[in-house]
Amino acid sequence: MSPLNSRYSWGGDEHLVVQLDEAMSLEVNFEAMAMARLLQSQKLPGVIDVCPANASLMVRFDPDVIAPAALEGAVRQVEREVGDAPSLTLQTRIVEVPVWYDDPFTNETGARFRDRHQRPEGNDLEFAAIENGLPSVQAFIDRHSGSPWITSMVGFVAGLPFLFQMVPQERQLEVPKYLRPRTDTPALTVGYGGCFSCIYSVRGAGGYQMFGVTPVPIFDPARKLPDFADFMVFFRPGDIVKFRAIDGDEYERVRQDVEAGAFRYRQSPVSFSLHDFLAGPDAYNATLLEALHGH
Amino acid sequence: MAIEILNPGLASSIQDRGRPGYYEVGIPPSGAVDLYSALAANLLVGNDDGAALIEAAYMGPELRFTAPAVVAVTGAGMPVKVNGRSAPQWESFDIGAGDVLSFGFLEHGARIYIAVSGGIDVPLVLGSRSTYALGAFGGFDGRTLKAGDVLATGTDTGSGRPGRAVPEHLRPELSRELELRVMLGLYDYRLTPAGLTALLDTTWTLTPVADRVGFRYSGGTLEWKERVQPFGAGSDPSNIVDAGYPLGSIQVPGGVEPIILHRDAVSGGGYAMVATVISADLDAVGQSAPGSRTRFCPVSMEQALQARAETAARVRQLRTALS
Repeated sequence: MSPLNSRYSWGGDEHLVVQLDEAMSLEVNFEAMAMARLLQSQKLPGVIDVCPANASLMVRFDPDVIAPAALEGAVRQVEREVGDAPSLTLQTRIVEVPVWYDDPFTNETGARFRDRHQRPEGNDLEFAAIENGLPSVQAFIDRHSGSPWITSMVGFVAGLPFLFQMVPQERQLEVPKYLRPRTDTPALTVGYGGCFSCIYSVRGAGGYQMFGVTPVPIFDPARKLPDFADFMVFFRPGDIVKFRAIDGDEYERVRQDVEAGAFRYRQSPVSFSLHDFLAGPDAYNATLLEALHGH
Repeated sequence: MAIEILNPGLASSIQDRGRPGYYEVGIPPSGAVDLYSALAANLLVGNDDGAALIEAAYMGPELRFTAPAVVAVTGAGMPVKVNGRSAPQWESFDIGAGDVLSFGFLEHGARIYIAVSGGIDVPLVLGSRSTYALGAFGGFDGRTLKAGDVLATGTDTGSGRPGRAVPEHLRPELSRELELRVMLGLYDYRLTPAGLTALLDTTWTLTPVADRVGFRYSGGTLEWKERVQPFGAGSDPSNIVDAGYPLGSIQVPGGVEPIILHRDAVSGGGYAMVATVISADLDAVGQSAPGSRTRFCPVSMEQALQARAETAARVRQLRTALS
């Protein structure tokens, strides 16, 4: 994660990719986000897209406007200025995402694609519980919904958040992806692959294990709901997410709220200090949840 | 003035120059996959550079016009017909009210561009009229065209007039034997020396999996270095911690079939990219049809910028020829 480990490389004549580290960690993700924010604030002519990713950063640029060497110099300077990740503080928000785990939609889809799965019997949640040495599906759900997650990257398709759980590495859940990707995934499926959770923004192909569905929209091109007044995509890098397990009845109630245009996310602004988090993750997460619940 | 879609063809969509600036949230630039041919079509009918037009892959649509218009067809080689009679390609012509524009079989290339004076009038979404089908927005209802759709055209008919033609030497050469210039890099260090040699020495064949998102090739196998995977990357040696995908980058899931990402690219994911097609050659990728035999030829940044300058010079010549 130190500048010595970072690797600069060209993606053709229009992209610069900076790999900050090969492995995932909260520290390297913070560094990527901080670099992206600083670079975006500089509004360099010729910079078209600044795309922070989990452990890397991609910049799309117009080499007719900014010479590749000049861009690389500017990004290296940004990397130096951002410095040490643990000292960073993020002004962000915490949002609650209700999830109907073990729901009929993803179970039906999982059953259809069982020939692409490591474990033909059972469903993806049972597989994930076994892979992580947990005694039951409920134990896995408790772990998945028990601690908050940070939006470490947005992308793949429009508005899809990659989420990284804010717990020490030894407590992180890890699950392999499907042996071959599915050609179908219900929209708003909560997925899991490697060490990342995601929420599929649209129906389509997917390779992550499927654990449940959320009734809340995350991508709304028509911008019908108040939470989408500014933009069609809800999640931004750095958003903190707390999953809450719900049942089918509550799923249906929230879905009807969404249909009626009345749904609002439960959310609060928070300031997140990586240093304070690393000093005591569980206590720090408890204060984040207090902020969400308005105490 | 309207255009009725009698038959949509295989994959016809509304595109313009694209929607830059939203890749960070997974919204790709979209836009014509052959920008040069799309620009030529617009210039032929007197439209602005950024006017929306129809892109059709492999098979032309059948369109009925409700009012007179000036039309031009560029891109892949495909016989053009008005009411069943032959009409020119790379040249603007008049079409009358009630006339039907249709097409013969694809002869070379993959995608045609149909521009109409005034452009296709669909709403601007994030600054562009391009269709982004995966996100279900932009273009006509966020999707490819269907029989029965009715497209409105813009009222700005500009300086459209028939009989303009793109000179022969400014039309692209479309071949089933391609040499695509690439810049190595990104995660190419994860390949063994033999894997890198295989990438560059194999003559790859474009598979039928070739659409606006990506072009998948077969013909060789790449060897990856054995190693303990970094935390969060996934177990296959070609997996990485999910990262941004440059447009034109070549990823090789599992090491067997390289995929070149194009203008509706997925913006990121967990497969290692080993090279990127330079911007000057992306139009050629967009015009390659399944079965095309393709080699990847490494170039430096200096050579890529030189090729980019040559493309820009060609665009200037096109503008002069059609002004």
